[in-house]
Amino acid sequence: MLKKTRLTAALGLAGLTILAAGAAQAQVIKIDGSSTVYPITEAVAEEFQKAKKNAIKVTVGISGTGGGFKKFCRGETDFSNASRPITAKEMEDCKAAGVEYVEMPVAFDALTVVINPKNTFLKQATVEEMKKLWEPAAQGKITKWNQINPAWPDAPVKLFGAGADSGTFEYFTEAMVGKAKSSRGDYTASEDDNVLVQGVSRDVNAIGYFGYAYYAENTAKLKALPIVSPKTGKAVEPSAANVENGTYQPLSRPIFVYVKAASLQKPEVKEFIEFYMKNGAKLTKEVKYVPLPASAYTGNLDHVAKKKLGTVFGGKNEIGITIEELMKREAKL
Amino acid sequence: MSSDQSTNPTFNQEKIRALIARGKLKDTLFAALGIICLGIGLVVIFALVADMAIKGFDRLNLDFFTNFASRRATQAGILSAWVGSLLVMLVTALTAVPLGVAAGLYLEEYAKRNWITEIIEINITNLAAVPSIVYGLLALGIFVYTFGFGQSILSAGLTLALLILPIVIVATREAIRAIPAMIREGSMAVGATRWQTCRYHIVPYAMPGILTGVIIGLARAIGETAPIITIGALTFIAFLPPVPFTEIGEGARAGLFDWVMSPFTVMPIQIFNWTSRPDPAFEVNAAAAGFVLMAMVLTMNAVAIWLRYKLRKNIKW
Repeated sequence: MLKKTRLTAALGLAGLTILAAGAAQAQVIKIDGSSTVYPITEAVAEEFQKAKKNAIKVTVGISGTGGGFKKFCRGETDFSNASRPITAKEMEDCKAAGVEYVEMPVAFDALTVVINPKNTFLKQATVEEMKKLWEPAAQGKITKWNQINPAWPDAPVKLFGAGADSGTFEYFTEAMVGKAKSSRGDYTASEDDNVLVQGVSRDVNAIGYFGYAYYAENTAKLKALPIVSPKTGKAVEPSAANVENGTYQPLSRPIFVYVKAASLQKPEVKEFIEFYMKNGAKLTKEVKYVPLPASAYTGNLDHVAKKKLGTVFGGKNEIGITIEELMKREAKL
Repeated sequence: MSSDQSTNPTFNQEKIRALIARGKLKDTLFAALGIICLGIGLVVIFALVADMAIKGFDRLNLDFFTNFASRRATQAGILSAWVGSLLVMLVTALTAVPLGVAAGLYLEEYAKRNWITEIIEINITNLAAVPSIVYGLLALGIFVYTFGFGQSILSAGLTLALLILPIVIVATREAIRAIPAMIREGSMAVGATRWQTCRYHIVPYAMPGILTGVIIGLARAIGETAPIITIGALTFIAFLPPVPFTEIGEGARAGLFDWVMSPFTVMPIQIFNWTSRPDPAFEVNAAAAGFVLMAMVLTMNAVAIWLRYKLRKNIKW
């Protein structure tokens, strides 16, 4: 036993010394960021590694859009998944660290407002009604459905929503309440969307919101609430078709992958982007997001080839942008 | 007087009997309460394990252990997770055991009893109660950035080593304290130095207790998620750390310790990732992985018990 202990100690010390000298590392493509974009990037990474017979290694982490950009702007990652465009603050951070990037929209998501399938009184909702329900002033006051719309019953409102650190929360509050991160606080908040799925599916009077993929996988337990588009005045339910034709407003949002310009010199990174843009549409559909038109993917490749750096959003999030508008804007870069 | 003498003893006897009966009743009541308390604990753990085993049964086959994570639930496995967990535990054990045992040994056998050692003792006990996320934040600053170890197996192993260090130190000291003073005195009486006494008597005799502490610590560490997420363990990783001396491309060979710098994931993170996915099919994977993690922890505890039993048999005082 003594000999073993001595051996252990010696090994431990030897290990530490050798490490301190620094070990050679194999080439790895590092990706981090949003949990919303994660399923798409994960699918691409999985297929890419299979296609390359594991010669190129890819890792994908989930730190949230903001957490991902923090690492990205420190130069730690090659790609950053983002469920919203890069902010002015993050642009500054990247600039200060000398990190330049190419912005690549990869898919559209439809933020979905869901209710219990047994709920019979909610057929549709307007942005104003949602604002009345979710704005900070509603806290503790709006507790019954008929307080929002007299046609609705005198029943308690049960709210389920995204946690305050997620891009989903930021986008939903900006689109519905009018100001990012401005929301009432007395609701069941969770970063884990399955908690919200369970909550809404168990309570007739519940309402909640999250990304379309979670609704699409749980259509038996949930009902999507059509939202009245402020542009057309028509109630539209979330679906791939309605996102593509731009009628599901204002809760359609583009999601992005950012690539570090310096990483483009690595051949494996270029190969990965080519693979992503070629197979992105198919894999996006598989994980229940809305793919972009083919021109968007070739456009991204073009931007990468010509090293067109920067963002087309100027550091601001934009509510209710359609695929068509996004395409036009990307083409101008 | 005579009537008093005849009634009093019987009266007293009844009183005493009643007292004994009351005492026995309390005894039975407490025994029953104890069984209920024990039952609650056992039923909960049994229900948890059984629930995970039943839910995850379909996935518990060889493929589950040899496949990497995948977006398709039925093809997804825990290869990178269990390998990651084992390697992180290896680094943790290799670091925490020598440090903890040496520190405990010094405090018990070498250090003078004064207020400085008192303060150190109190602090070590307090450290054992520090929430694990705090260790994660500390490690993010020190190991990941200052030392530049990055998001690697090494960073994770060292973080968890810090986490279980107080447990190892306390266990070492308890084990050393249980050794009778005459062993020490006998050893020194025949002219052994303190180091010789420690080496040939104290450490071998304390080994069963130390090992128990180490394995309890490791069992805690293997289930930790918070500090590992803080230092940046990955969610999707479909390759294993390089095996020493194998080819890693273009004629280059992996060094003996290259694997410690490799990115990784661990079992609790894989489980967490699966429970938060939209597709409900992944819940089956999460249950199966939970069962495997439970099995890993129980195996470690079993090894601890077996080692303690085996080592104790060799001690002859």
